[in-house]
Amino acid sequence: MKDDEFIPFDLEKNLNPGTLDRREFLKLMGGGIVILFTVGDSLALQQARRRRGYPEDFNAYLRIGEDGRVTCFSGKIEMGQGVITSFAQMLAEELDVPLNSVDMIMGDTSLCPWDAGTFGSRSTKYFGPPLRQAAAEARTVLFQLAAEHLRTAQEKMKVKDGIIFVTKNPEKKVSYAQLTKGKKIERHLEKKPPIKHYSQHTISGKPTDRLDGRAKVTGEAKFAGDIRLPGMLYARIVRPPAHGAKLKNVDTSAAENIKDIQIIRNEDMIAVLHKHRDVADKALGLIKAPFEPSTNTQDNKSIFKHLKGSASGGEIVTEAGNLDEGKALASKTFDEVYFNHYVAHAPPENHTAVAKIEGDKATVWASTQAPFRAQGDVAQALGFSLQNVRVITPFVGCGFGGKNSGRQVVEAALLAKLSEKPVQVAWSRKEEFFYDTFRPAAIIEIRSGLNSLNQIVFWEYHNYFAGSRSSQPFYNIPHHRVLSYGGWGGRGGGRTHPFGVGAWRGPGSNTNVFAIESHIDVMAKSAGMDPLEFRLHNLTDKRMKKVLNAAAEKFGRSFSEAPSGKGYGIACTDYLGTYLATMAEVKIDEKKGEIRVERVVCAQDTGEVINPEGVRIQIEGCVTMGLGYCLTEEIRFKNGRILDENFDTYEIPRFSWQPKIETVLLDNPEMPPQGCGEPAITSMGGVITNAVYDAIGIRMSVLPMTPARIKEALRNGRAATQ
Amino acid sequence: MEKTFNFNLNGKTVRVTTSPERMLLWVLRSDLELTGTKYSCGEGFCGACTVLINDEAVLSCQYPVQEVNGKEVTTIEGLQDNGKLHPLQTAFMLHNALQCGFCTPGMILGAHNLLLKNPQPTSKEIVEAMEGYLCRCGSYNRIIEAIQTAAQTMKGQRS
Repeated sequence: MKDDEFIPFDLEKNLNPGTLDRREFLKLMGGGIVILFTVGDSLALQQARRRRGYPEDFNAYLRIGEDGRVTCFSGKIEMGQGVITSFAQMLAEELDVPLNSVDMIMGDTSLCPWDAGTFGSRSTKYFGPPLRQAAAEARTVLFQLAAEHLRTAQEKMKVKDGIIFVTKNPEKKVSYAQLTKGKKIERHLEKKPPIKHYSQHTISGKPTDRLDGRAKVTGEAKFAGDIRLPGMLYARIVRPPAHGAKLKNVDTSAAENIKDIQIIRNEDMIAVLHKHRDVADKALGLIKAPFEPSTNTQDNKSIFKHLKGSASGGEIVTEAGNLDEGKALASKTFDEVYFNHYVAHAPPENHTAVAKIEGDKATVWASTQAPFRAQGDVAQALGFSLQNVRVITPFVGCGFGGKNSGRQVVEAALLAKLSEKPVQVAWSRKEEFFYDTFRPAAIIEIRSGLNSLNQIVFWEYHNYFAGSRSSQPFYNIPHHRVLSYGGWGGRGGGRTHPFGVGAWRGPGSNTNVFAIESHIDVMAKSAGMDPLEFRLHNLTDKRMKKVLNAAAEKFGRSFSEAPSGKGYGIACTDYLGTYLATMAEVKIDEKKGEIRVERVVCAQDTGEVINPEGVRIQIEGCVTMGLGYCLTEEIRFKNGRILDENFDTYEIPRFSWQPKIETVLLDNPEMPPQGCGEPAITSMGGVITNAVYDAIGIRMSVLPMTPARIKEALRNGRAATQ
Repeated sequence: MEKTFNFNLNGKTVRVTTSPERMLLWVLRSDLELTGTKYSCGEGFCGACTVLINDEAVLSCQYPVQEVNGKEVTTIEGLQDNGKLHPLQTAFMLHNALQCGFCTPGMILGAHNLLLKNPQPTSKEIVEAMEGYLCRCGSYNRIIEAIQTAAQTMKGQRS
């Protein structure tokens, strides 16, 4: 889908592993088979990286050390989603080594296989298979080497914890470390060995505690801003007060009086640098830099009209049947509009990068979800070759799609070059809000119809700027058409907004599921059916029915025709192959207009589960974070200015908001692992608005449902459309 | 005008010569290169920069270094006892009460402060005491459980 292309190449195509085949690899290696040798980056790895696919050579993914420890390399990054643990589980399982012998190296462009970036709940789904394949091949080769070493047939040997032994004589054994001696394995198999069947798993599929837990509770875990280099300076940069504002002139004389301050002007960038961050802050405050006002005239109130007016030429996302025929079959029709405002990523760790330049080589430590993309950005900005730029990704303090661009990385690299010192750029919270690529404000119009049997006969869906993900109907609807007028990235939506917008955890889907599942409830009400019954009545998809029934069983409360006054809600969806159903119970303080979410149950079918504990943590996180965009999170802006600059006015979920959260993981190991970092958040808008309707009988059509909007709705007996 | 300040940092005496109005957060992070204390909102709205000063939880981004003179400062790096994790640290690991881990040092020190004042808090009391600490990953329920587990462990250690 076009509006999902926020990176400049075909993601799905490039995520397919195995771009470089064995024959090409041999050609690169000159055809000779060397058993063991030690080098840094293999040529094959470099080639594969250049070609932008996952490499074929299993050495790119793992290395067995002389001490027996196994290092796993992944171009993905760890930002809290927990793949640091699930990748280690997958590798340990397939290689037959203890989990605690695995060390993870992630997001280092010099050491790790190329990767498009960590987003879209794609890490396990797309990196998992080549990682497992690499480990299976390494294990098979190690068996061959052991057979030669022990002069025993492979069938007569077994492996446990990285030690291959003769089954009938376990004393006759050799360890992986003894076989490889810390060197790279240069024997490969023409025919790829099969990976283990899930029924053989003893590490994968078992609830596992986070491997980064200890580093994170002791303060030892390093984030980009924790990198300290000799002579490093902290840079602060003059920013416009509003998007679209132009600099008039600049007076740096007062800042120049600060001891040891360095001031750099490079075209439009004016930066102050000092060995202490807070002194650089002070110097920045002394710079006089008046700007022309922005020409942008939009604000929160005008934005929906502006967006609708900017739309042209919708693209068909999916269609079936014929809408006119469907309309002719309908005995009841529905016509509703749904809105959501801009939402910030608000990661706890602001965008940060540290850059060091030595000659024509640059090393950058970056808080990024896309280190290989950042590598390209830095190379281009500095005029360096790609291989002379190394991006290292320490732990990342949340991303949610907000750390895909490399703006701060390029700033640090340029300033390091100009100052001839290592430089750290760490945005302030205000900069974080200003340059955030918000989840776009969006409008969804849905027209639909039911026949006399309460079956949905037509569905006409107009999506203005949400992005099309999860907008394909999974209910039985013979006549439907889904149109998108632009999404959250690049073309279309990108130019329409007064500031940057982008992917936000579950991009597109949060808005679509909110609209779709709200609308399903509108029809259920008209059909005189309870919302669970109506959904099941209009579904044949067995997986979807299964997650709905699993959630209902856990929820343990029966739904009635809404509004029942009980405050129960349902929403279900298919997020890129992960199916889920969420049920919630809310209470409303009508005087204050406050929604209190008491309980949320989420049943999810993620296919094969690598770390059940990790999946549950992600669902809980999704539910909690999702409360924000349901209840309070809305970026306020005016004339290009972002009015929310910190957490005093931009309210994100807190301890006191917490509902009881219960998770159900459906057992479906026959299906390859799907994603789990995002799916559950996408159901939150739908489930909470439906629960609110069940409680007070008012259909809220704008997110977030702030106390002011709830009170207004209660006063007027209906929701406003702003 | 620079001045010299002496204080106890994680059990050791430190001496810093700097401007009195600078915030402790930056002195810790840049002058002393102790990076476990995090910068997040910078204005006292999130709790990530929390440290203990004479056993009171303090937002170090709002605390001028001159006020720390002669006092005892504990950061996340100082919570272990001869390499042994504090019960709160163990409990956070046990409950997987963290994801990205950026807010974790502040959370743990905030909880430490709570348990000093109220060794057996109810979950309601935990919520009230921890309301100012933000976790964007959404680990709140697990953090509440971790604090309760740590409280139990510490009770056992005292008796």
